[in-house]
Amino acid sequence: MKQYISKQNRALLSELVRTDFKLRYQGSVLGYTWSLLRPLLLFAILYVVFVKFLKIGGDTPHFPIYLLLGIVLWNFFTEMTSQSLGSIVARGDLIRKIRIPRWMIVFSSSISALINLGLNLLVVAVFLFFNKVDITLSVLWLPLVLCEIYLFALGLSLFLSAAYVKFRDASYIWEVVLQAGFYLTPILYPLTLVTNETFQKILLLNPMAQAIQDARYNTVTHEAITANTVFDGGWYMLIPFGVVIVALVVGLLYFKKESKYFAENI
Amino acid sequence: MDNIAISVRNVSKTFILPHEKHTSIKSVFINFYRRSSGYEKQQVLDNISFEIKRGEFFGIVGRNGSGKSTLLKLISQIYTPDSGAIVVNGKLTPFIELGVGFNPELSGRENVFLNGALLGFTRKEMMAMYDEIVEFAELERFMDQKLKNYSSGMQVRLAFSIAIRANTDILVLDEVLAVGDAAFQAKCYDYFEELKSKGKTVILVTHDMGSVERFCTQALLLENGHIKSIGKPANVARQYTIDNFTAEAQHKSNTSKKSKRISDQVELLDIRLLSGLSVSQEANLELEITYELNEPLEVDLGISIISQNHSILEHNTKNLKLNYKTGVKHKLRYIYPLELLNPGRYEVSVAIFEKQDFKLIGFDSDSCSFMIEGDGRGGILSRRGKWKVIDG
Repeated sequence: MKQYISKQNRALLSELVRTDFKLRYQGSVLGYTWSLLRPLLLFAILYVVFVKFLKIGGDTPHFPIYLLLGIVLWNFFTEMTSQSLGSIVARGDLIRKIRIPRWMIVFSSSISALINLGLNLLVVAVFLFFNKVDITLSVLWLPLVLCEIYLFALGLSLFLSAAYVKFRDASYIWEVVLQAGFYLTPILYPLTLVTNETFQKILLLNPMAQAIQDARYNTVTHEAITANTVFDGGWYMLIPFGVVIVALVVGLLYFKKESKYFAENI
Repeated sequence: MDNIAISVRNVSKTFILPHEKHTSIKSVFINFYRRSSGYEKQQVLDNISFEIKRGEFFGIVGRNGSGKSTLLKLISQIYTPDSGAIVVNGKLTPFIELGVGFNPELSGRENVFLNGALLGFTRKEMMAMYDEIVEFAELERFMDQKLKNYSSGMQVRLAFSIAIRANTDILVLDEVLAVGDAAFQAKCYDYFEELKSKGKTVILVTHDMGSVERFCTQALLLENGHIKSIGKPANVARQYTIDNFTAEAQHKSNTSKKSKRISDQVELLDIRLLSGLSVSQEANLELEITYELNEPLEVDLGISIISQNHSILEHNTKNLKLNYKTGVKHKLRYIYPLELLNPGRYEVSVAIFEKQDFKLIGFDSDSCSFMIEGDGRGGILSRRGKWKVIDG
């Protein structure tokens, strides 16, 4: 374990993340401000479309923030997995010429995504404050939920980045999966719109659905439907966590096996 | 075992080279159904074993495709061997290429830190080295400019400055010398001297036998994935030169063997080395020349033996009565004892003159070269003189 957090690795990680951030807003006038501006603008759109035009989720308190939190979390998941997916191939020149731990590349793009998530959550926090949302102690659960999403995304990222080295189809497939996931996860619509209880249960087996609902429950409103309430404490409420663990273990093992041959396969 | 820096034991490496790279799932499926074996296996290294001691300057030489770079990447742990084991004792920094990870959109300064981190240095270590690096690269004024605005020479200078600051136990250098001008090469040589005096372990892959003999304490010659020779740099370098020379000469004889025709009066048909491409110092050089005359001319033949642009000998047939019939193949044999010459590489050129006014009418250079086996010594001529102590 000690070798993974060696001084060299920490220096490399910070340098890679730093570079990533420097290059991200390369040539833009507003620069880093965009990291904050993007969620703000997103919120404006959500507010106008869903609250003013469509008027859905009228009975959910603080629905715009409820929406924003869901979207921010989903965007993090999308950003982290799709950026990691191509990261190994994109850094092919490094992998073929120097010896850096391969996982470091995926890890650094995950850290970049995490930092972005942090900035986005800052905006959410500001809205929570100005909307006078009643924040309870249950907000302390939020870091755990974020941790779950991160580990799930990390497992998938490791798997996808390794698979992409061999099969360039992976990026197209993953694009479709993400698109489907976006609609199969109660992000834009409140789960109450799904009236069939079996469907509700099926939707909540997805770790992202479960995590987003838990995050909303713990921060925005206790009226958010969670896996816990839907499954009524049944053992299968643990399935989403099982999925996360499986994704992480499979991702790690596959990545470990394949990473030996990255240099020659890229 | 303490003084072993790198030990390579029974290492083999095979690459699977698809004829058409299947990077999409569809092509994998199609090939699965066809059951076609659309790939070939290429054994790059076959059961290689050797050891490098601490403080050794170890040269790896070999012709293109002999597996040098693969071996280097295996030692640097960029590739994983199929079988066998490689043990590295100490911190190893590979320089397969200079300036790996340089990003054109970042400033020179930022690139220094990025490159440093990639080579395994902490930010603190880089801070300490930074001024020295910049000073050595002579780029003080440019460090805040983006790398894309650097000339390629400036980029190489910067990359090299970072590389030579690398404070590690074992350095792996792949053809670093291949880039840069003469001044840069001189800097490289100084750096090698410095490494040697500091007692660092260095592995150098190169085509330059000069630097192998000058710097290496141990060398290895690879041929088609096998160790052909290992040991004293001079011996290995000589073996490499012979191999290279033989292959080159064979290639030459396979391709064009056209004599340069100066006039239509004569045709040089063939120059054959009867004594072979590589001869010992005790043997004779034997040469057979075949020519044909198109006009009944009285001609003389001249022969030169040339070593690295120094003409050693010119010899002609002035006092020989040559037949001048047309339409017949004339054959001449030339024999020269080699004991006078030092080992090395020589070339033979043949010229035909018109006897009357000594006009050159046929000439063939570089079609014939040969090699004298033995340890390389200074000078062209073998030692003949004798010393005598007169006084004291």
